[in-house]
Amino acid sequence: MTAAALFCLPRITRRAWHVWRRNLEVFVKTWKVNFFPPFVEAFLYLIAIGVGIGTYVKEIDGIPYVNFIAPSILAIAVMNSAFFECTYGSYVRMYYQKAFDAMIATPLSIEDVIAGELLWGATKSIMYAAIMLGVLSLFGVVALPIALLVIPFAFLGGLLFAALAMCFTAITPSIDALNYPSFLFITPMSLFSGTFFPLSLLPAAFQYIALALLPLTHVVAIFRMFSLPALSWAIMFHLAWLLAGTALLCIFSINMMRRRLIV
Amino acid sequence: MAVDGVSFSVQKGEIFGFLGPNGAGKTTTMKMIQCVSPRSGGSLRVFDLDPEKHPDAIKRRIGVVPQETNLDPDFTCEGNLLTYARYFDIPADIATQRTNELLAFVQLEEKRDVSIEKLSGGMKRRLILARALVNRPELLVLDEPTIGLDPQARHLIWERLKLLQAQGNTIVLTTHYLDEAARLCDRLVIMDNGRILEGGTPAELVLRHVGNEIVELEKSDDVLACLRDLDMPFEEVGDTVLIATGRAHEIARTLLGRCQPKKMLTRPATLEDVFLKLTGRRLRD
Repeated sequence: MTAAALFCLPRITRRAWHVWRRNLEVFVKTWKVNFFPPFVEAFLYLIAIGVGIGTYVKEIDGIPYVNFIAPSILAIAVMNSAFFECTYGSYVRMYYQKAFDAMIATPLSIEDVIAGELLWGATKSIMYAAIMLGVLSLFGVVALPIALLVIPFAFLGGLLFAALAMCFTAITPSIDALNYPSFLFITPMSLFSGTFFPLSLLPAAFQYIALALLPLTHVVAIFRMFSLPALSWAIMFHLAWLLAGTALLCIFSINMMRRRLIV
Repeated sequence: MAVDGVSFSVQKGEIFGFLGPNGAGKTTTMKMIQCVSPRSGGSLRVFDLDPEKHPDAIKRRIGVVPQETNLDPDFTCEGNLLTYARYFDIPADIATQRTNELLAFVQLEEKRDVSIEKLSGGMKRRLILARALVNRPELLVLDEPTIGLDPQARHLIWERLKLLQAQGNTIVLTTHYLDEAARLCDRLVIMDNGRILEGGTPAELVLRHVGNEIVELEKSDDVLACLRDLDMPFEEVGDTVLIATGRAHEIARTLLGRCQPKKMLTRPATLEDVFLKLTGRRLRD
Protein backbone atom coordinates (compact mmCIF):
# COMPACT_ATOMS: atom_id res chain seq x y z
CA MET A 1 0.00 0.00 0.00
CA THR A 2 1.50 3.32 -1.00
CA ALA A 3 1.76 6.15 1.53
CA ALA A 4 -0.54 8.30 -0.59
CA ALA A 5 -3.25 5.63 -0.51
CA LEU A 6 -2.84 5.30 3.25
CA PHE A 7 -3.26 9.04 3.85
CA CYS A 8 -6.07 9.51 1.31
CA LEU A 9 -9.00 11.23 3.04
CA PRO A 10 -11.96 8.80 2.92
CA ARG A 11 -15.42 10.03 1.90
CA ILE A 12 -17.88 9.16 4.62
CA THR A 13 -21.61 9.84 4.53
CA ARG A 14 -24.12 10.02 7.36
CA ARG A 15 -25.19 6.50 6.31
CA ALA A 16 -22.36 5.30 8.58
CA TRP A 17 -24.87 5.73 11.42
CA HIS A 18 -26.99 2.90 9.95
CA VAL A 19 -24.12 0.52 10.70
CA TRP A 20 -23.76 2.00 14.18
CA ARG A 21 -27.51 1.55 14.72
CA ARG A 22 -27.37 -2.09 13.61
CA ASN A 23 -24.69 -2.83 16.20
CA LEU A 24 -26.56 -0.91 18.88
CA GLU A 25 -29.74 -2.92 18.26
CA VAL A 26 -27.88 -6.22 18.60
CA PHE A 27 -26.20 -4.92 21.76
CA VAL A 28 -29.48 -3.81 23.33
CA LYS A 29 -31.07 -7.22 22.62
CA THR A 30 -28.51 -8.84 24.91
CA TRP A 31 -28.09 -5.94 27.32
CA LYS A 32 -27.91 -8.06 30.47
CA VAL A 33 -24.86 -9.93 29.23
CA ASN A 34 -23.32 -6.72 27.96
CA PHE A 35 -23.75 -4.47 30.99
CA PHE A 36 -22.74 -6.96 33.64
CA PRO A 37 -18.98 -7.29 32.87
CA PRO A 38 -17.97 -3.60 33.26
CA PHE A 39 -19.93 -3.50 36.47
CA VAL A 40 -18.08 -6.48 37.89
CA GLU A 41 -14.75 -5.40 36.46
CA ALA A 42 -14.89 -2.09 38.34
CA PHE A 43 -15.48 -3.95 41.61
CA LEU A 44 -12.68 -6.43 40.96
CA TYR A 45 -10.08 -3.77 40.22
CA LEU A 46 -11.12 -1.67 43.19
CA ILE A 47 -10.98 -4.56 45.63
CA ALA A 48 -7.93 -6.43 44.34
CA ILE A 49 -5.68 -3.53 43.50
CA GLY A 50 -7.24 -0.58 45.30
CA VAL A 51 -7.90 -2.20 48.65
CA GLY A 52 -5.40 -5.10 48.40
CA ILE A 53 -2.30 -3.27 47.20
CA GLY A 54 -3.61 0.00 48.65
CA THR A 55 -3.24 -1.47 52.16
CA TYR A 56 0.55 -1.41 51.67
CA VAL A 57 0.94 1.52 49.31
CA LYS A 58 -1.43 3.89 51.08
CA GLU A 59 -0.71 6.89 48.87
CA ILE A 60 1.22 8.13 45.84
CA ASP A 61 2.38 11.76 45.76
CA GLY A 62 -0.08 12.51 48.54
CA ILE A 63 -3.02 10.93 46.71
CA PRO A 64 -4.77 7.88 48.24
CA TYR A 65 -3.81 4.84 46.14
CA VAL A 66 -7.41 3.93 45.30
CA ASN A 67 -8.02 7.45 44.00
CA PHE A 68 -4.78 7.23 42.00
CA ILE A 69 -5.85 4.10 40.14
CA ALA A 70 -9.56 4.99 39.73
CA PRO A 71 -9.00 6.98 36.49
CA SER A 72 -6.72 4.17 35.23
CA ILE A 73 -9.52 1.65 35.67
CA LEU A 74 -11.74 3.89 33.54
CA ALA A 75 -9.07 4.43 30.89
CA ILE A 76 -8.31 0.72 30.62
CA ALA A 77 -12.03 -0.02 30.25
CA VAL A 78 -12.25 2.59 27.45
CA MET A 79 -9.26 0.96 25.72
CA ASN A 80 -10.41 -2.65 26.10
CA SER A 81 -14.03 -2.15 25.12
CA ALA A 82 -13.22 -0.32 21.87
CA PHE A 83 -10.16 -2.43 21.04
CA PHE A 84 -11.85 -5.79 21.49
CA GLU A 85 -15.02 -4.65 19.72
CA CYS A 86 -13.10 -3.57 16.62
CA THR A 87 -10.73 -6.53 16.55
CA TYR A 88 -12.61 -9.72 17.43
CA GLY A 89 -16.11 -8.20 17.05
CA SER A 90 -15.49 -6.56 13.69
CA TYR A 91 -13.50 -9.56 12.44
CA VAL A 92 -16.39 -11.90 13.19
CA ARG A 93 -18.82 -9.59 11.40
CA MET A 94 -16.49 -9.18 8.44
CA TYR A 95 -15.14 -12.71 8.00
CA TYR A 96 -17.63 -15.15 9.51
CA GLN A 97 -20.93 -13.30 9.13
CA LYS A 98 -20.01 -11.62 5.80
CA ALA A 99 -21.95 -8.64 7.13
CA PHE A 100 -19.77 -6.06 5.37
CA ASP A 101 -20.31 -7.76 2.00
CA ALA A 102 -24.07 -7.57 2.52
CA MET A 103 -23.85 -3.91 3.53
CA ILE A 104 -21.78 -2.73 0.58
CA ALA A 105 -24.39 -4.13 -1.82
CA THR A 106 -26.58 -1.25 -0.57
CA PRO A 107 -25.84 2.47 -0.96
CA LEU A 108 -23.41 2.10 1.98
CA SER A 109 -19.80 2.33 0.90
CA ILE A 110 -17.01 0.40 2.57
CA GLU A 111 -15.88 3.71 4.10
CA ASP A 112 -19.34 4.18 5.64
CA VAL A 113 -19.29 0.64 7.03
CA ILE A 114 -15.89 0.99 8.71
CA ALA A 115 -16.73 4.48 10.02
CA GLY A 116 -19.91 3.02 11.53
CA GLU A 117 -17.90 0.25 13.19
CA LEU A 118 -15.44 2.79 14.64
CA LEU A 119 -18.27 4.97 15.94
CA TRP A 120 -19.77 1.90 17.52
CA GLY A 121 -16.49 0.94 19.22
CA ALA A 122 -16.24 4.46 20.65
CA THR A 123 -19.86 4.27 21.80
CA LYS A 124 -19.10 1.09 23.71
CA SER A 125 -16.23 2.90 25.41
CA ILE A 126 -18.61 5.66 26.50
CA MET A 127 -21.12 3.18 27.89
CA TYR A 128 -18.50 1.19 29.79
CA ALA A 129 -16.83 4.32 31.15
CA ALA A 130 -20.21 5.64 32.32
CA ILE A 131 -21.13 2.40 34.10
CA MET A 132 -17.76 2.13 35.81
CA LEU A 133 -17.82 5.80 36.74
CA GLY A 134 -21.08 5.06 38.54
CA VAL A 135 -19.48 2.26 40.55
CA LEU A 136 -16.40 4.36 41.38
CA SER A 137 -18.64 7.24 42.49
CA LEU A 138 -20.38 4.90 44.93
CA PHE A 139 -17.00 4.23 46.51
CA GLY A 140 -16.31 7.96 46.61
CA VAL A 141 -12.94 7.63 44.84
CA VAL A 142 -13.65 10.16 42.07
CA ALA A 143 -14.46 13.86 42.41
CA LEU A 144 -17.95 14.65 41.13
CA PRO A 145 -19.18 16.50 39.19
CA ILE A 146 -15.96 17.32 37.36
CA ALA A 147 -15.20 13.59 36.90
CA LEU A 148 -18.25 13.46 34.60
CA LEU A 149 -16.01 15.06 31.95
CA VAL A 150 -14.47 11.62 31.60
CA ILE A 151 -17.54 10.56 29.59
CA PRO A 152 -17.11 12.79 26.51
CA PHE A 153 -13.37 12.14 26.55
CA ALA A 154 -14.10 8.42 26.67
CA PHE A 155 -15.54 8.84 23.18
CA LEU A 156 -12.32 10.36 21.87
CA GLY A 157 -10.17 7.71 23.57
CA GLY A 158 -12.57 5.01 22.38
CA LEU A 159 -12.41 6.21 18.79
CA LEU A 160 -8.61 6.08 18.91
CA PHE A 161 -8.50 2.52 20.21
CA ALA A 162 -11.28 1.45 17.81
CA ALA A 163 -9.25 2.79 14.88
CA LEU A 164 -6.04 1.21 16.19
CA ALA A 165 -7.89 -2.10 16.50
CA MET A 166 -9.31 -1.78 12.98
CA CYS A 167 -5.76 -1.39 11.58
CA PHE A 168 -4.90 -4.79 13.08
CA THR A 169 -8.17 -6.28 11.82
CA ALA A 170 -7.29 -5.03 8.34
CA ILE A 171 -4.02 -6.97 8.24
CA THR A 172 -4.66 -10.02 10.41
CA PRO A 173 -4.49 -13.31 8.53
CA SER A 174 -6.85 -15.04 10.99
CA ILE A 175 -8.84 -14.45 14.13
CA ASP A 176 -6.17 -16.22 16.23
CA ALA A 177 -3.49 -13.82 15.04
CA LEU A 178 -5.42 -11.02 16.75
CA ASN A 179 -4.03 -12.43 20.00
CA TYR A 180 -0.65 -10.86 19.13
CA PRO A 181 -1.68 -7.21 19.37
CA SER A 182 -3.90 -8.05 22.34
CA PHE A 183 -1.20 -9.67 24.44
CA LEU A 184 1.93 -7.98 23.12
CA PHE A 185 0.61 -4.43 22.85
CA ILE A 186 -2.63 -3.90 24.80
CA THR A 187 -1.72 -5.84 27.95
CA PRO A 188 1.71 -4.18 28.41
CA MET A 189 0.17 -0.81 27.64
CA SER A 190 -2.35 -1.26 30.42
CA LEU A 191 0.56 -1.78 32.87
CA PHE A 192 3.11 0.83 31.71
CA SER A 193 1.05 3.92 30.92
CA GLY A 194 1.12 5.57 34.33
CA THR A 195 -1.81 3.39 35.33
CA PHE A 196 -0.88 1.59 38.56
CA PHE A 197 2.30 3.53 39.32
CA PRO A 198 3.44 6.97 38.13
CA LEU A 199 5.26 7.22 34.84
CA SER A 200 8.08 9.08 36.65
CA LEU A 201 9.20 5.80 38.27
CA LEU A 202 10.29 4.51 34.88
CA PRO A 203 13.72 5.24 33.37
CA ALA A 204 13.69 8.55 31.49
CA ALA A 205 14.02 6.89 28.07
CA PHE A 206 11.01 4.71 28.72
CA GLN A 207 8.96 7.69 29.86
CA TYR A 208 9.55 9.32 26.48
CA ILE A 209 8.61 6.12 24.68
CA ALA A 210 5.42 5.84 26.71
CA LEU A 211 4.48 9.45 25.98
CA ALA A 212 5.32 9.16 22.29
CA LEU A 213 3.85 5.75 21.47
CA LEU A 214 1.36 4.58 24.08
CA PRO A 215 -2.01 6.27 23.57
CA LEU A 216 -3.24 5.01 26.93
CA THR A 217 -0.71 7.27 28.69
CA HIS A 218 -2.57 10.33 27.45
CA VAL A 219 -6.03 8.96 28.21
CA VAL A 220 -4.98 8.10 31.78
CA ALA A 221 -3.37 11.54 32.26
CA ILE A 222 -6.51 13.38 31.14
CA PHE A 223 -8.87 11.16 33.13
CA ARG A 224 -6.71 11.63 36.26
CA MET A 225 -6.88 15.41 35.90
CA PHE A 226 -10.68 15.17 35.94
CA SER A 227 -11.11 12.53 38.64
CA LEU A 228 -8.75 13.85 41.35
CA PRO A 229 -9.28 16.72 40.23
CA ALA A 230 -5.88 18.18 39.30
CA LEU A 231 -6.27 20.23 36.15
CA SER A 232 -3.22 21.73 34.48
CA TRP A 233 -2.24 23.16 31.11
CA ALA A 234 -0.56 19.84 30.31
CA ILE A 235 -4.03 18.70 29.29
CA MET A 236 -3.55 20.60 26.01
CA PHE A 237 -0.54 18.45 25.14
CA HIS A 238 -2.37 15.21 25.90
CA LEU A 239 -5.46 16.34 24.05
CA ALA A 240 -3.47 17.42 21.00
CA TRP A 241 -1.72 14.02 20.94
CA LEU A 242 -5.06 12.19 21.17
CA LEU A 243 -6.75 14.30 18.49
CA ALA A 244 -3.89 13.89 16.04
CA GLY A 245 -3.52 10.19 16.80
CA THR A 246 -7.24 9.54 16.45
CA ALA A 247 -7.50 11.41 13.14
CA LEU A 248 -4.53 9.59 11.64
CA LEU A 249 -5.58 6.15 12.85
CA CYS A 250 -9.16 6.63 11.63
CA ILE A 251 -7.91 7.52 8.15
CA PHE A 252 -5.35 4.67 8.14
CA SER A 253 -7.82 2.07 9.36
CA ILE A 254 -10.49 2.95 6.78
CA ASN A 255 -7.97 2.92 3.92
CA MET A 256 -6.44 -0.35 5.11
CA MET A 257 -9.85 -2.02 5.40
CA ARG A 258 -10.77 -0.71 1.97
CA ARG A 259 -7.71 -2.40 0.58
CA ARG A 260 -8.54 -5.64 2.37
CA LEU A 261 -12.17 -5.76 1.24
CA ILE A 262 -12.15 -4.35 -2.28
CA VAL A 263 -10.78 -6.93 -4.69
CA MET B 1 -6.85 -10.83 -14.37
CA ALA B 2 -10.25 -12.35 -13.58
CA VAL B 3 -12.10 -11.11 -16.68
CA ASP B 4 -10.73 -9.88 -19.96
CA GLY B 5 -12.58 -8.01 -22.68
CA VAL B 6 -16.03 -9.05 -21.53
CA SER B 7 -18.59 -7.25 -23.69
CA PHE B 8 -22.35 -7.46 -23.25
CA SER B 9 -25.47 -5.35 -22.98
CA VAL B 10 -28.67 -6.13 -21.12
CA GLN B 11 -32.04 -4.82 -22.31
CA LYS B 12 -34.67 -3.51 -19.96
CA GLY B 13 -37.15 -6.20 -18.92
CA GLU B 14 -35.14 -9.24 -19.97
CA ILE B 15 -33.57 -12.06 -18.01
CA PHE B 16 -29.93 -12.21 -19.01
CA GLY B 17 -27.73 -15.12 -17.98
CA PHE B 18 -24.01 -15.65 -17.49
CA LEU B 19 -23.04 -19.30 -17.82
CA GLY B 20 -19.67 -20.79 -17.24
CA PRO B 21 -17.67 -23.30 -15.24
CA ASN B 22 -16.27 -22.38 -11.82
CA GLY B 23 -13.63 -19.68 -12.12
CA ALA B 24 -14.94 -18.40 -15.46
CA GLY B 25 -15.29 -14.83 -14.18
CA LYS B 26 -19.06 -14.71 -13.67
CA THR B 27 -18.96 -13.51 -10.08
CA THR B 28 -16.30 -10.92 -10.89
CA THR B 29 -18.52 -9.53 -13.64
CA MET B 30 -21.46 -9.38 -11.22
CA LYS B 31 -19.32 -7.56 -8.66
CA MET B 32 -18.37 -4.97 -11.23
CA ILE B 33 -22.04 -4.35 -12.02
CA GLN B 34 -22.74 -4.02 -8.29
CA CYS B 35 -20.07 -1.31 -7.97
CA VAL B 36 -18.04 -3.50 -5.62
CA SER B 37 -15.07 -4.55 -7.73
CA PRO B 38 -13.15 -1.87 -9.66
CA ARG B 39 -12.19 -2.34 -13.33
CA SER B 40 -8.64 -2.00 -14.54
CA GLY B 41 -9.88 -0.74 -17.91
CA GLY B 42 -12.73 -0.69 -20.37
CA SER B 43 -16.08 0.93 -19.87
CA LEU B 44 -19.15 -0.15 -17.93
CA ARG B 45 -22.46 1.67 -17.64
CA VAL B 46 -25.29 0.65 -15.36
CA PHE B 47 -28.43 2.71 -16.04
CA ASP B 48 -26.08 4.90 -18.15
CA LEU B 49 -24.02 5.63 -15.02
CA ASP B 50 -20.38 4.82 -14.31
CA PRO B 51 -20.11 2.48 -11.29
CA GLU B 52 -16.87 4.15 -10.22
CA LYS B 53 -18.32 7.66 -10.23
CA HIS B 54 -21.89 7.11 -9.01
CA PRO B 55 -21.91 3.92 -6.93
CA ASP B 56 -24.64 4.96 -4.53
CA ALA B 57 -26.97 6.18 -7.29
CA ILE B 58 -26.61 2.78 -8.98
CA LYS B 59 -26.74 0.67 -5.82
CA ARG B 60 -29.95 2.42 -4.79
CA ARG B 61 -31.62 0.98 -7.93
CA ILE B 62 -30.30 -2.59 -7.90
CA GLY B 63 -31.04 -5.62 -5.75
CA VAL B 64 -28.31 -8.18 -5.13
CA VAL B 65 -28.59 -11.89 -4.37
CA PRO B 66 -25.03 -12.97 -3.58
CA GLN B 67 -23.71 -16.47 -4.08
CA GLU B 68 -22.75 -16.73 -0.43
CA THR B 69 -25.52 -16.57 2.15
CA ASN B 70 -24.75 -13.43 4.13
CA LEU B 71 -27.94 -12.88 6.10
CA ASP B 72 -27.42 -11.20 9.47
CA PRO B 73 -27.41 -14.01 12.06
CA ASP B 74 -28.05 -11.55 14.91
CA PHE B 75 -31.56 -10.79 13.62
CA THR B 76 -34.79 -12.64 12.82
CA CYS B 77 -36.19 -12.88 9.28
CA GLU B 78 -38.19 -9.71 9.84
CA GLY B 79 -35.22 -7.97 11.48
CA ASN B 80 -33.02 -8.79 8.50
CA LEU B 81 -35.40 -7.08 6.08
CA LEU B 82 -35.99 -4.06 8.32
CA THR B 83 -32.28 -3.51 8.98
CA TYR B 84 -31.45 -3.89 5.31
CA ALA B 85 -34.20 -1.42 4.36
CA ARG B 86 -32.55 1.12 6.66
CA TYR B 87 -29.28 0.84 4.71
CA PHE B 88 -31.29 2.22 1.76
CA ASP B 89 -32.61 5.12 3.88
CA ILE B 90 -36.14 3.69 3.57
CA PRO B 91 -38.39 5.21 6.27
CA ALA B 92 -39.48 2.80 9.01
CA ASP B 93 -43.20 2.72 8.15
CA ILE B 94 -42.56 1.93 4.48
CA ALA B 95 -39.94 -0.64 5.51
CA THR B 96 -42.47 -2.41 7.75
CA GLN B 97 -45.04 -2.50 4.98
CA ARG B 98 -42.55 -3.85 2.41
CA THR B 99 -41.26 -6.41 4.88
CA ASN B 100 -44.78 -7.80 5.27
CA GLU B 101 -45.29 -7.90 1.51
CA LEU B 102 -41.94 -9.53 0.83
CA LEU B 103 -42.25 -12.18 3.54
CA ALA B 104 -45.53 -13.15 1.87
CA PHE B 105 -43.94 -13.04 -1.58
CA VAL B 106 -41.30 -15.62 -0.62
CA GLN B 107 -43.73 -17.58 1.60
CA LEU B 108 -41.90 -17.01 4.86
CA GLU B 109 -44.68 -15.31 6.85
CA GLU B 110 -44.67 -18.00 9.54
CA LYS B 111 -40.92 -17.60 9.96
CA ARG B 112 -41.14 -13.86 10.64
CA ASP B 113 -39.76 -14.09 14.20
CA VAL B 114 -37.44 -17.04 13.64
CA SER B 115 -33.69 -16.49 13.82
CA ILE B 116 -31.62 -17.11 10.72
CA GLU B 117 -29.77 -20.16 11.99
CA LYS B 118 -33.06 -22.08 12.33
CA LEU B 119 -33.91 -21.70 8.62
CA SER B 120 -33.31 -24.38 6.00
CA GLY B 121 -31.05 -23.64 3.04
CA GLY B 122 -34.03 -23.03 0.78
CA MET B 123 -35.64 -20.62 3.24
CA LYS B 124 -32.39 -18.67 3.52
CA ARG B 125 -32.18 -18.28 -0.25
CA ARG B 126 -35.78 -17.13 -0.36
CA LEU B 127 -35.13 -14.60 2.39
CA ILE B 128 -32.09 -13.31 0.50
CA LEU B 129 -34.31 -12.85 -2.56
CA ALA B 130 -36.80 -10.92 -0.41
CA ARG B 131 -33.94 -8.83 1.00
CA ALA B 132 -32.75 -8.00 -2.52
CA LEU B 133 -36.23 -6.65 -3.32
CA VAL B 134 -36.54 -4.38 -0.30
CA ASN B 135 -35.57 -1.26 -2.29
CA ARG B 136 -37.90 -2.12 -5.22
CA PRO B 137 -34.94 -2.53 -7.57
CA GLU B 138 -35.17 -1.94 -11.31
CA LEU B 139 -32.35 -4.39 -11.86
CA LEU B 140 -31.91 -7.62 -9.94
CA VAL B 141 -28.45 -9.20 -9.93
CA LEU B 142 -28.39 -12.84 -8.84
CA ASP B 143 -25.22 -14.87 -8.41
CA GLU B 144 -26.13 -18.57 -8.44
CA PRO B 145 -29.64 -17.98 -7.07
CA THR B 146 -30.56 -21.64 -6.57
CA ILE B 147 -27.22 -23.12 -5.56
CA GLY B 148 -27.65 -26.18 -3.34
CA LEU B 149 -31.45 -26.13 -3.29
CA ASP B 150 -33.87 -29.02 -3.62
CA PRO B 151 -36.16 -29.15 -6.70
CA GLN B 152 -39.16 -27.67 -4.86
CA ALA B 153 -37.22 -24.68 -3.63
CA ARG B 154 -35.65 -24.13 -7.05
CA HIS B 155 -39.05 -24.13 -8.72
CA LEU B 156 -40.38 -21.59 -6.24
CA ILE B 157 -37.44 -19.25 -6.91
CA TRP B 158 -37.83 -19.65 -10.69
CA GLU B 159 -41.53 -18.93 -10.49
CA ARG B 160 -40.85 -15.80 -8.41
CA LEU B 161 -38.21 -14.58 -10.85
CA LYS B 162 -40.59 -15.04 -13.79
CA LEU B 163 -43.21 -13.09 -11.85
CA LEU B 164 -40.75 -10.28 -11.20
CA GLN B 165 -39.89 -10.17 -14.87
CA ALA B 166 -43.58 -9.97 -15.74
CA GLN B 167 -43.79 -6.95 -13.41
CA GLY B 168 -41.17 -5.22 -15.54
CA ASN B 169 -37.95 -5.98 -13.65
CA THR B 170 -34.68 -6.60 -15.44
CA ILE B 171 -32.76 -9.60 -14.15
CA VAL B 172 -29.13 -10.57 -14.58
CA LEU B 173 -28.07 -13.93 -13.21
CA THR B 174 -25.17 -16.33 -13.20
CA THR B 175 -25.62 -20.06 -13.03
CA HIS B 176 -23.95 -23.29 -13.88
CA TYR B 177 -27.23 -25.14 -13.89
CA LEU B 178 -28.02 -25.40 -17.57
CA ASP B 179 -31.66 -26.31 -17.15
CA GLU B 180 -32.04 -23.15 -15.07
CA ALA B 181 -30.46 -21.04 -17.79
CA ALA B 182 -32.56 -22.65 -20.55
CA ARG B 183 -35.73 -22.18 -18.56
CA LEU B 184 -35.23 -18.62 -17.35
CA CYS B 185 -32.96 -16.69 -19.68
CA ASP B 186 -34.14 -14.70 -22.66
CA ARG B 187 -30.53 -14.29 -23.69
CA LEU B 188 -27.31 -15.58 -22.25
CA VAL B 189 -23.56 -15.62 -22.71
CA ILE B 190 -21.21 -18.50 -22.05
CA MET B 191 -17.97 -17.53 -20.30
CA ASP B 192 -14.73 -19.36 -19.70
CA ASN B 193 -11.33 -18.21 -18.45
CA GLY B 194 -12.56 -14.64 -18.10
CA ARG B 195 -13.83 -14.32 -21.67
CA ILE B 196 -17.21 -14.53 -23.33
CA LEU B 197 -17.21 -17.45 -25.77
CA GLU B 198 -20.70 -17.13 -27.21
CA GLY B 199 -24.00 -15.37 -26.77
CA GLY B 200 -27.59 -15.52 -27.93
CA THR B 201 -30.95 -17.02 -27.01
CA PRO B 202 -30.78 -20.57 -25.61
CA ALA B 203 -32.48 -21.99 -28.72
CA GLU B 204 -30.14 -20.14 -31.10
CA LEU B 205 -27.08 -21.40 -29.28
CA VAL B 206 -28.23 -24.99 -29.35
CA LEU B 207 -29.02 -24.84 -33.05
CA ARG B 208 -25.80 -23.04 -33.95
CA HIS B 209 -23.41 -25.25 -32.05
CA VAL B 210 -25.00 -28.66 -31.78
CA GLY B 211 -27.98 -28.95 -34.06
CA ASN B 212 -31.44 -30.22 -33.35
CA GLU B 213 -30.89 -33.65 -31.96
CA ILE B 214 -28.40 -36.00 -30.38
CA VAL B 215 -27.94 -39.72 -30.88
CA GLU B 216 -26.35 -41.34 -27.83
CA LEU B 217 -24.69 -44.77 -27.97
CA GLU B 218 -22.95 -46.86 -25.37
CA LYS B 219 -19.23 -46.78 -26.06
CA SER B 220 -17.37 -49.93 -27.10
CA ASP B 221 -14.41 -50.60 -29.39
CA ASP B 222 -16.74 -52.09 -32.00
CA VAL B 223 -19.00 -49.04 -32.01
CA LEU B 224 -16.04 -46.65 -32.31
CA ALA B 225 -14.54 -48.65 -35.19
CA CYS B 226 -17.90 -48.79 -36.91
CA LEU B 227 -18.43 -45.03 -36.64
CA ARG B 228 -14.97 -44.41 -38.08
CA ASP B 229 -15.79 -46.72 -40.98
CA LEU B 230 -18.97 -44.73 -41.63
CA ASP B 231 -16.92 -41.53 -41.47
CA MET B 232 -19.43 -40.09 -39.06
CA PRO B 233 -18.32 -37.24 -36.74
CA PHE B 234 -18.86 -38.06 -33.06
CA GLU B 235 -17.74 -37.12 -29.60
CA GLU B 236 -16.81 -39.38 -26.69
CA VAL B 237 -18.12 -38.50 -23.24
CA GLY B 238 -17.28 -40.97 -20.50
CA ASP B 239 -18.79 -44.28 -21.55
CA THR B 240 -21.11 -42.81 -24.16
CA VAL B 241 -20.66 -41.58 -27.71
CA LEU B 242 -22.61 -38.54 -28.91
CA ILE B 243 -23.54 -37.72 -32.48
CA ALA B 244 -25.04 -34.31 -33.14
CA THR B 245 -27.38 -34.23 -36.08
CA GLY B 246 -30.46 -32.83 -37.73
CA ARG B 247 -31.77 -36.27 -38.70
CA ALA B 248 -31.56 -38.40 -35.59
CA HIS B 249 -34.01 -41.11 -36.61
CA GLU B 250 -32.39 -41.76 -39.95
CA ILE B 251 -28.97 -42.01 -38.38
CA ALA B 252 -30.22 -44.17 -35.55
CA ARG B 253 -31.68 -46.58 -38.08
CA THR B 254 -28.42 -46.73 -40.02
CA LEU B 255 -26.39 -47.30 -36.87
CA LEU B 256 -28.75 -49.99 -35.64
CA GLY B 257 -28.19 -51.90 -38.86
CA ARG B 258 -24.45 -51.32 -39.23
CA CYS B 259 -22.93 -51.05 -35.75
CA GLN B 260 -25.23 -53.10 -33.49
CA PRO B 261 -24.80 -50.85 -30.43
CA LYS B 262 -25.81 -52.34 -27.06
CA LYS B 263 -27.76 -49.24 -26.11
CA MET B 264 -28.87 -46.30 -28.18
CA LEU B 265 -31.24 -43.36 -27.74
CA THR B 266 -32.14 -40.17 -29.54
CA ARG B 267 -32.98 -36.94 -27.74
CA PRO B 268 -33.26 -33.21 -28.46
CA ALA B 269 -30.02 -31.25 -28.11
CA THR B 270 -29.77 -29.10 -24.98
CA LEU B 271 -27.81 -26.17 -23.67
CA GLU B 272 -25.69 -28.64 -21.76
CA ASP B 273 -24.38 -30.07 -25.04
CA VAL B 274 -23.45 -26.54 -26.17
CA PHE B 275 -21.85 -25.76 -22.84
CA LEU B 276 -19.70 -28.87 -22.75
CA LYS B 277 -18.74 -28.42 -26.37
CA LEU B 278 -17.59 -24.84 -25.82
CA THR B 279 -15.96 -25.12 -22.42
CA GLY B 280 -14.55 -28.60 -22.78
CA ARG B 281 -14.87 -31.53 -20.46
CA ARG B 282 -11.91 -30.90 -18.20
CA LEU B 283 -12.90 -30.88 -14.53
CA ARG B 284 -12.89 -27.46 -12.84
CA ASP B 285 -12.38 -26.59 -9.21
